[in-house]
Amino acid sequence: MALTAEMKREMYWWMLLARRLDERAWVLHRQGKIAFHISGIGHEAAQVGAGFAIRRGYDWVAPYYRDLALMLLLGFTPRDFVLGLMGKREDPNSGGRQMPNHWSLRAANVVSLSAPVATQCVHAAGIGLAIKMKKRDQVVLTALGEGSTSQGEWYEAVNWAAIHKLPVIFLVQNNKYAISERTEKQMAVKSAADKACGLGLPGISVDGTDVFAVYEAVANAVAEARAGNGATLIETVAYRITPHSSDDDDRSYRSHEEVEAYKKCDPLQVVQSRLVADGILEEAVIAEFEQRAKEMVDEAVRYAESAPYPDALEAAYPVYAEEVRHG
Amino acid sequence: MAEMTLIEAIRQAMDEELARDADVFIVGEDVGARGGVFRATQGLIEKYGAERVFDSPLAELSIVGVGIGAALYGMRPVCEIQFADFIYPAFNQIVSEAAKMCYRSNGAWTVPMVIRAPYGGGIGGGLYHSQSVEAFFTHVPGLKVVIPSNPYDAKGLLKSAIRDPNPVLFLEPKKGYRLIRGEVPEEEYLVPLGPANVSRPGSDVSVFAYGMMHYYALQAAEMVASENIAVEVVDLRTLYPVDKETILQSVRKTGKALIVHEDNLTGGYGAEVAAIIASEAFTDLDAPVRRLCGPDVPGVPFSPPMQEWFLPNAEKIAEAIRQLDRF
Repeated sequence: MALTAEMKREMYWWMLLARRLDERAWVLHRQGKIAFHISGIGHEAAQVGAGFAIRRGYDWVAPYYRDLALMLLLGFTPRDFVLGLMGKREDPNSGGRQMPNHWSLRAANVVSLSAPVATQCVHAAGIGLAIKMKKRDQVVLTALGEGSTSQGEWYEAVNWAAIHKLPVIFLVQNNKYAISERTEKQMAVKSAADKACGLGLPGISVDGTDVFAVYEAVANAVAEARAGNGATLIETVAYRITPHSSDDDDRSYRSHEEVEAYKKCDPLQVVQSRLVADGILEEAVIAEFEQRAKEMVDEAVRYAESAPYPDALEAAYPVYAEEVRHG
Repeated sequence: MAEMTLIEAIRQAMDEELARDADVFIVGEDVGARGGVFRATQGLIEKYGAERVFDSPLAELSIVGVGIGAALYGMRPVCEIQFADFIYPAFNQIVSEAAKMCYRSNGAWTVPMVIRAPYGGGIGGGLYHSQSVEAFFTHVPGLKVVIPSNPYDAKGLLKSAIRDPNPVLFLEPKKGYRLIRGEVPEEEYLVPLGPANVSRPGSDVSVFAYGMMHYYALQAAEMVASENIAVEVVDLRTLYPVDKETILQSVRKTGKALIVHEDNLTGGYGAEVAAIIASEAFTDLDAPVRRLCGPDVPGVPFSPPMQEWFLPNAEKIAEAIRQLDRF
């Protein structure tokens, strides 16, 4: 489907909202109001491009921890996010049990994520298998970093998807670093897309700062998967503009100059310049979006700060499904 | 009533559950045309087709991981690990994914899944086809661990496990597959997960065992009956969560407890049973709690005399009962 001007503006909006929310999380951390943040800055184009290419709420998603923009697109609110950052009871991921960014959103078919990387890939393969068994036309989008393609879980998941032509899209968000390790310490090939080819999947590498290129690549992969033609791996190449997490000091392994150079291809700036040049985005609209994002983020922080923590004894449940109390 | 072997009862349980619920499927290595290396799934592919009796790649991690994904989607996978010895690649998926899913998502996601695995020695399997793995998993909240000792229980427990909304590790004493025979009703029945079973009432010594060791414990009880020792045998059968009450009731009656397992002694399941008795029935004890277990060597050796040395059997159990009775 060709993107309309309205859709392009909307894509920009979600990227902007994710960015401003993410930036606020860094501020909250510096203020000592949250204990930890792991950032998606630099990943917004990959996530919003992919999120627009699926049927949100119908297709299934096994995300990874940097997927803030994708989660917002799937129905997660800024409030939801800050509640998670602060470990408050209303955190929709886990009721304050998990660290931030360990997403879960059942209403949008987003399955719960753990911390050991690539574990979600095999779940995506299993969901794909179930969809195929049930003869439905849903697809599964799973996201991961390039470091995760070193894990056995990833190989086994891709292998399953290839053998059984499962409706899975592996979205490898290559940001050039796995904490401190550059891509060449993760793979001897140029791209994670090349690894997929070796296992029998189409592997495509796209510019991860170009939201429209990502959208097109993922939309094609989704169409193939929905038609029963199996899985695709899409590598989006961008740059992790922030340190790995709030606990990381990236000055020990990369230069200030390198980071500054890559900031020139910040995906948010890339899309903004392009939409302005194409006459789709006016300065007034940008200002309005900025204002709206600020208000939403402010409101989310206010709400989450005054929201209650869970009672300590809630930590005892629910270990087994029988203990789940709905409603 | 039909008399059948342990493995026939296991097969019948899967057969009936496949017929009852279209969401149930079998996945594992060689479970299809081969019918499993122990023939547990023999004939099922002919009856239910290759889409429901599903040969996996030779990769245990993803047998379980794909099963988790399918379960999240709403299926009821029955995953076969060919030998319990090969389960470790899937350890992360069992312990960190399946078992934690309900808790970490605050009940939004559950994993209704069974993992079947033949375990235990006495079949000349050496270090890597004889292992008892239960202690690694009876430490894990969120998981249920079941070990049947006879055909009636095996069928009823496996059917319950398949219907259970939680992940269940179902360990089968492979030496007993064709050795242990018993009556199984024609009509539908379930054996609930949870309660232990007093399989032989007695008043002098309590023997706590499961799986193959329970079979030998019954033989040992018979051997010492002529010596005027009335042994109570308790089949623990659901190891986790543990049925404390049945254990305590028995030891309060007899005042003497012997725990038998073929897994290594140190940190084995028997240590937990001993701790329960020591904490909650101390004043009822007439003798120290005793454990008869596999020795603390890395595995069951292959050569017959060494294998014999490693494993408890009816004679060794009878001797341990006599010693405890004399105390």
